[in-house]
Amino acid sequence: MFKRIMAPVDLAHVERLGPALDCAADLAKHYGVPVVYVGVTSSLPSQLAHNPEEFGQKLAAFAEAEAARHGVETSAHTAIAHDPTTEVDDALMRAIDETGADLVVMASHVPNVMDYIWPSNGGKLAEHAKCSVMVVRS
Amino acid sequence: MADETTNQGIPAPEGASHIIETDYEIGQDNFETQVGPFGLDIHNPVFLISALSIMAFVAYALFAPGSADAVFNGIDPSDTCEAGAFCDLGMRAYLTSNFDWFFLWSANIFVVFCLFLIVSPFGSVRLGGKDAKPDYGYPGWFAMLFAAGMGIGLMFFGVLEPVYYFGTPWGDEPLGVVRPFTEDGALIPENVAAARRMALAATSYHWALHPWAIYAVVALALALFSFNKGLPLTIRSAFYPIFGERVWGWTGHIIDTLAVFATLFGLATSLGFGAQQANAGLEYVYGLPNNVTVQVILIIAITLVALGSVLRGLDGGVKVLSEINMGMALLLLLFVLFAAGAATIMTGFGKGIVAYFQEVIPLSIPHGREDTGYMQGWTAFYWAWWISWSPFVGMFIARVSRGRTVREFVTCVLIIPSLVCVLWMAVFGGAAIEQVIADPAASAVKAQVIDSYNPPLSLFAMLEGLPFAAITSTIGIILVIVFFVTSSDSGSLVIDTITAGGKVDAPVPQRVFWCTFEGLVAIALLIGGGLGALQAMVISTGLPFTVILLLICWAILKGLIQERRNS
Repeated sequence: MFKRIMAPVDLAHVERLGPALDCAADLAKHYGVPVVYVGVTSSLPSQLAHNPEEFGQKLAAFAEAEAARHGVETSAHTAIAHDPTTEVDDALMRAIDETGADLVVMASHVPNVMDYIWPSNGGKLAEHAKCSVMVVRS
Repeated sequence: MADETTNQGIPAPEGASHIIETDYEIGQDNFETQVGPFGLDIHNPVFLISALSIMAFVAYALFAPGSADAVFNGIDPSDTCEAGAFCDLGMRAYLTSNFDWFFLWSANIFVVFCLFLIVSPFGSVRLGGKDAKPDYGYPGWFAMLFAAGMGIGLMFFGVLEPVYYFGTPWGDEPLGVVRPFTEDGALIPENVAAARRMALAATSYHWALHPWAIYAVVALALALFSFNKGLPLTIRSAFYPIFGERVWGWTGHIIDTLAVFATLFGLATSLGFGAQQANAGLEYVYGLPNNVTVQVILIIAITLVALGSVLRGLDGGVKVLSEINMGMALLLLLFVLFAAGAATIMTGFGKGIVAYFQEVIPLSIPHGREDTGYMQGWTAFYWAWWISWSPFVGMFIARVSRGRTVREFVTCVLIIPSLVCVLWMAVFGGAAIEQVIADPAASAVKAQVIDSYNPPLSLFAMLEGLPFAAITSTIGIILVIVFFVTSSDSGSLVIDTITAGGKVDAPVPQRVFWCTFEGLVAIALLIGGGLGALQAMVISTGLPFTVILLLICWAILKGLIQERRNS
């Protein structure tokens, strides 16, 4: 049914992604397809990495760890945004095309009043992406 | 599993750049919390100290306006001060008249330092590592450099400054050049050429190499230490070579807080004055009432558009708005150029550049000068002003300049904006001076600048003398407003990044807070008074920042030497 699953991850808050990551891996196992983990970073130093290359290495290490944990095929893809606060959605939309994923599995918080003003990234992606999007509440 | 990967120290990529190894982790002092529906990720204590001390100073300016004015502007209600004493001059004028030599020499050092970087082998170091690609193409990059840096100044001073130097009756002639008017306002034809030449040279001096060298030094330091050395994008990172690990403690907190302070007050006070200028223009052109209500509405409108821009982000908001802005400014420039006679103006531009190079050295040497009105009242004031804005503009320029080599960076930040500024001054100032010479008695420019000093109206008075004045004045007003928006949104991004400890992915509500706060401070000061006092205070921060900038030059050299050694 699906060929490739994209799982956006925020490496700074991996602890909040548990259910979504498990779900992505289970689906990958079920359909026998690979998961590509997508991380969004700016080219500026962040708490995770000094530069995008280092960020990419960390993301790749994360993907390998997930592969070992779940026994599925994984890869990593770094998306660069100039202003991550507001451009995460656009960066993820581009990543869907670049990775050729046809299912996105991502975590999202339980909606609150602010989602009327600033929809969550998951909500935005589900609204605009051409492929299927599964939003896992955490 | 996940924890292992995020906390492991993975070695930096090889050969690309010289990463500074420090124990500091970006965000380690940050405070993440949820206030109601708002997520926050702020630097403790920089966010809190800045926000609280800004409120305290606003309160001081509002509740003790007389005292604030006396300290910073030297407005003395009791009139008991001796001429030239601190209480007579106020902090700002005291600094610019006693430290004029320090400001002028420092600015000269920055220019020489930048020119040295262009020709030295350090020029080949690439910001962001050897293989970095530029984040932005030239048009978007230049648009953002300008819009943040001095767009609004070009609108305000483009006509005012050249005309003022040309015909000042207040003794502020640069280098004591001859006046082209007699005491009763009649033209002295044989003095016109010399006065016009010096007017353009003296204006260009304030808008060309020197200010851009100041911005380039700060921007280069931040870009180098952030993109190449892996330190967070906040002002304190530039001080790492000087203070070492101490920059992550109170030394750094103070530096960052000062930068937030200068940026927010700089923006808020010029927002307040900008609203007054736009209002003066609206009154002049449309007869709209000139009062606080209209100005508050203008500030709210500017803040709302800036808010929309920061919410759309750097690429979708700030860059787009800057490009629109530059497009409109270019149209206005071309219109004035052709309406006022392209041949005459372009000849003036050529002569202006030649005169600039002939006069830049005499103008920049502060010793043995008689023209203190010009040197202290204008040059030293400008230098203090550019320097107090340099943390904000420098940080913004740094953020959009990744992937350029040092040589390309300095050339593009120094030479090209300088040329554009000289062109702008030659066109707007040249057209205005032509009008003054053609018919001094009927010239609206002469009436607003020389006969009575009414700076906000100088631009509109010049446009009045050209065809389609109603349309071009409207464009002028819109440009003034949009230039404020582009300063306000880039400023909010900068403050947000500093107060988030260098994080560029802090939650959206934080930048909304700073953008709104800036508008509120402007409104409070506009209604309660105190805009002038706080602006004078911001400019007063130029003196300590000058010392800091000199130290930064040294830090850049040190950083570049290590960078070359490692590649």
